[in-house]
Amino acid sequence: MGDKAPHRGQHIQVILKDLNRLTDHQLWLGKHTLDIGTITPHVYTFRDREEILKIFEKYCGARLTTHAFRIGGLQYETYDGFEKDVKNFLTFVAPKIDEYEELLTTNRIWVERTKGVGILSGQDCIALGVTGPVLRASGVEWDLRKAQPYANYKNFDFEIPVGQNGDTYDRYLVRMAEMRQSLRIIQQAVDALPEGPIMAKVPKVMKPPVGEVYHSIEAPKGELGYFIVSDGATQHYLLRVLPPSFVNLQALDTMCRGQLVADVIAVIGTLDIVLGEVDR
Amino acid sequence: MLDYIKSYLTSNLTPGSAGNMFWAFVYIVVIFLGLSVAVIAMNWLERKILAHMQVRLGPMRVGPHGLLQPIADAIKLLLKEDIMPAEADGFVFWMAPIFVVLAAFTVFIVVPFGPTHAVTDMNIGVLFMLGVSSLSALGIVMAGWASNSHYPLIGALRSSAQMVSYEIAMGMAVISAVMMTSLNQQGTGTLSMIGIVQAQQAQGIWFIFKFFPLGLIAFFIFAVAMVAETNRAPFDLPEAESELTAGFHTEYSGFRWSLFFLAEYSAMIAVSSIAVTLWLGGWLRPFPNLLTGAKWDLFFFLFPGITFLFLAGMCFYSTVRMPKHPLFRIQTIGLAGFGVVLGLIGLILFIPAVRERVQDIYWFSMKVAAFMYLYIWYRGTFPRYRFDQLMKVGWKILLPMGLGVLILTAGVGLWPLMQQTIWNR
Repeated sequence: MGDKAPHRGQHIQVILKDLNRLTDHQLWLGKHTLDIGTITPHVYTFRDREEILKIFEKYCGARLTTHAFRIGGLQYETYDGFEKDVKNFLTFVAPKIDEYEELLTTNRIWVERTKGVGILSGQDCIALGVTGPVLRASGVEWDLRKAQPYANYKNFDFEIPVGQNGDTYDRYLVRMAEMRQSLRIIQQAVDALPEGPIMAKVPKVMKPPVGEVYHSIEAPKGELGYFIVSDGATQHYLLRVLPPSFVNLQALDTMCRGQLVADVIAVIGTLDIVLGEVDR
Repeated sequence: MLDYIKSYLTSNLTPGSAGNMFWAFVYIVVIFLGLSVAVIAMNWLERKILAHMQVRLGPMRVGPHGLLQPIADAIKLLLKEDIMPAEADGFVFWMAPIFVVLAAFTVFIVVPFGPTHAVTDMNIGVLFMLGVSSLSALGIVMAGWASNSHYPLIGALRSSAQMVSYEIAMGMAVISAVMMTSLNQQGTGTLSMIGIVQAQQAQGIWFIFKFFPLGLIAFFIFAVAMVAETNRAPFDLPEAESELTAGFHTEYSGFRWSLFFLAEYSAMIAVSSIAVTLWLGGWLRPFPNLLTGAKWDLFFFLFPGITFLFLAGMCFYSTVRMPKHPLFRIQTIGLAGFGVVLGLIGLILFIPAVRERVQDIYWFSMKVAAFMYLYIWYRGTFPRYRFDQLMKVGWKILLPMGLGVLILTAGVGLWPLMQQTIWNR
C-alpha cells in the first residue's frame, strides 16, 4: 500500500491529534483536581475545552471523536477560517494554562497531597508496560512521536517533558508541560500549513498482503497500538487493540503499596484512565 | 402589661443586668430570626459567589438572579420524605440534629453585637462560647453512630477527632488574646466578650495589631483552626465526597438534613464572631484611634448608608439589564422592589439617630461577612487535606505555634512590670 498522506493532510492530522491531547489533559486535570477536593480548576478546564470541541464540531460534526482520519489522509477538507480559529484558540488558551498552574503548582495543600504519593520507578514502569505521561514522569524519555515518528512529527520542534521522582506531582507537572508542548506543535503546524490535497490516491477496495502488522501511536494517555493480521482478503482476519488505560491501570497495585486509603483516589486520578477502555 | 413593657423600654439597662429579662427575650427572638435569615442569605451568596469564581452563573431561575432559590430549597426540604434507616437508633437519630442546632444557636447568647446589644454579658463569655460550640461534636458523633452505617460512622469519628485536636490550638490563640485584655493600668483581664472589646477600645488598638506580629500570629492560628472546627474546605474531611459520600449526614434527608445545614452555617457565623470580637475590635468601627478627624468621622458616618445605596444601585443596574420580555416582568419588578428596599435602608441609615443605634451592629456584621466571604473563597481555591496531614497541621504546626505565641505574649506583656519590680528596686 504505502499510500502516505499528503503534506497538508498530515499537518491537519497533527493539529487535530494535538488538540485532542490538549482536551484529554484538560479533562484529566479537571477530574483529578475534583477528586482531590478542589472544585474550581475543573470548571476552568471545561470552559477552555469547550473551545477545542467547537473547532472539532465545526470541522467534522463530532465533538469528541474526530472521525475524519482515513487510510491515506483525511476525509474532509478544513472549513473556511479553520486556521484563524486554531490561532485564536492558541492565543486564548496559553494564559489559561498558566491560570491552572497558578491555582495548583505552588499550592501547599496540592503539593502535600501529591508529592511522594504513588511513586513508580522507571524500571517498574517498563516492567508493567506503563506508557505515556506516567512513564515519562518516572524519568524515562520515551515518546513515540520522537522514538518512532509517525505522521510528520519529526518535522516539528518540541521537547519531551520528563519527571524525576515518578510521583503524582511529577505526573501533574509532566502533563502540564505536555500541554504547552502541544501548543508549540499546533502553532508550528498551523503557521506552516501547506496548500495541496488532503487525501492520497487510494484504491476503492484495498487488498492488503498476507501477514501481520503492529502500529502504535502516542495517544494522550499512552501507547495506543493496533495489531492487524491479514489473510489477503479485503477484511482483516484479526484485529487487536492495545489500550493505554488498560495497561496503565495494572500499575495501581504497585503504586498503592504503603500508601493511605485516601491516596488511592489521587493515584487512580493520576493514571488518567477511562474505564470504558479498561472494561472491554 | 403595657406599663410593664414601658418600664423596661425607658430604663437604661446593660446586657446581663438583672432587670434586663425583657430585652434578653427580645434579643433572643431577633437573633434567632436574624440568624435564620443570615443562613438563608449565606446559602444564596455561597452558591452565587462560588459560581462567579468558577465562571458560572449559579442559580438564575427562581426569582431575579436566583434570589428566591434558598426559599425554594427550604420548601423542597420541608416537603421531602423524612427517611429514617430501618437499622438506625431512632431516638439518638432524632436527637442528633436538634443537639447540633441547639449548640450552634446557644453560642449567640454571649455574642456582643454592640456594647448594649447582647442577650447577656457573661463574665466567662469566651469560655462559654468555646464550650458550647464544641458540644456540636457530640451531636455529630450521635448522628454518625445512630445512622448505623459505615460512611456516617467514619465521618463522625473523623469530625470529632478533628474538632477536638483543633480546639486545643484554638484555645491557645484565644488565651493569648484574653491575656492582652489585662494589659491596662489596673492589670485586670476579662473573659467577658463585651469586656474584651471594651479593652480594645480602651487600649486604642485591635488585638490583631497588638505586639506585632504576636497578635497577628494568634489571629492566624485561630483563623485556620476555626475553618477546621466548622468542617469547611480545605478541612472538610468529614464530608469528603470522594471518600465518604457525605460524611456524618449521609443518612439524613429532608428537614433533618436542613437542620445540619443550618447548624453548620450558624457555627461558621459563631466562630467568625468570636474572631471578630477577640481580634478585630468587635463592634468598633475600623481604626477609631488612627483615622480620626472630621473628614474620617464623616466618611464612617456615611459609610453604612453608602454600602446599602451601592447594593441598591447594583439592583437597579441589573433591573435595567433584565431581558425586555413579558415573562421577565415579574422578576424585573421584584428586583427593582428589592433595590428600593435596600435604598430605603441606606437612606434611613443616614439619619443620625438611627445610625447611632445600629452602627455597632452594622460594623460587627460587616466584619463577620468578610469572614464568610473568606470561607467561600477557601472552598473555591483549596484542595482537601488528607487526614494525617490535617492532624499534622493541627498538632505539629498550630499547637507549638500557639504555645509559643502564648509564652511570648505573656513575656512581652509582663516586660514593663518586670522592669519596674526588678531594676527599679
